[in-house]
Amino acid sequence: MDITINHFLAVSAVLFTTGVVGIFVNRKNIIVILMALELILLSVNINLVAFSVFTGTITGQIFAMLVLTVAAAEAAVGLAILVVYFRNRGDIAVESVDLMKG
Amino acid sequence: MAAIVTISAICVIAAKNPVHSVLWLILSFFTSAGLMVLIGAEFLAMLLVVVYVGAVAVLFLFVVMMLDVDFVELKQGFLSYLPFGALIGLAFIAEIALATFARGTSAESFNPHPGAENNVEAIGQVMYTEYLLLFQLSGLILLVAMIGAIVLTLQHRPHVKRQSVAHQTQRRRSDAIRRVDVKSGEGL
Repeated sequence: MDITINHFLAVSAVLFTTGVVGIFVNRKNIIVILMALELILLSVNINLVAFSVFTGTITGQIFAMLVLTVAAAEAAVGLAILVVYFRNRGDIAVESVDLMKG
Repeated sequence: MAAIVTISAICVIAAKNPVHSVLWLILSFFTSAGLMVLIGAEFLAMLLVVVYVGAVAVLFLFVVMMLDVDFVELKQGFLSYLPFGALIGLAFIAEIALATFARGTSAESFNPHPGAENNVEAIGQVMYTEYLLLFQLSGLILLVAMIGAIVLTLQHRPHVKRQSVAHQTQRRRSDAIRRVDVKSGEGL
């Protein structure tokens, strides 16, 4: 069987959906939410690379690299915020993050 | 390979222990890198292994182990959210499937390294010429993220004694030594 771009798009779609569902079912655990976010970005990367390869242009791979950069930066800053929050509050339950609510 | 990616991704969001979750995440990153090798994007695959598995996953593992959180309590409500999540997931997958397969596939020209000998060369040819600005900007983003993370997590403890080099080198003989006339037979 020939591997076409549709197969890659299917994998990427499943990965993306898994990430979105992960955000919804793990509402209380912000670490798993961040991991689901990484899954979503990974699926975007797979999509970009698949299109780049199957259309014969290199731009998609450059773009995937930029997405990778942003994902790494986002993970670093998000986890840093999480650490500071844990240090101040002693827990990381998502429900209790409503201090800014009036 | 795609099956491994899918299963491990599902395990990421379903695992009871977040440490297992991180390990599943690493497996799914690895297999995605394998997928990219299979279609010829070797450079991106290696970047994925280095950045995701080497940095991001280890960062997650650090934080999960550093924060001593009762994760069993956080897991409450998983089942009550599950129907809603499944509904959202089905809607998403249906939408994506419609958008993808309604149009069918266009003409494909499989080429992982256009205009060059191999994939790395093809990327290198445009990265520092056409996309120089984007490349520099991504470096700037990483710098800002690094400084932000350091500023957020750095803490100064008030009662820790630190070495002050300037203070030490400015110290003169008159500051430190005092001459005392000691009479014989008596102490100070």
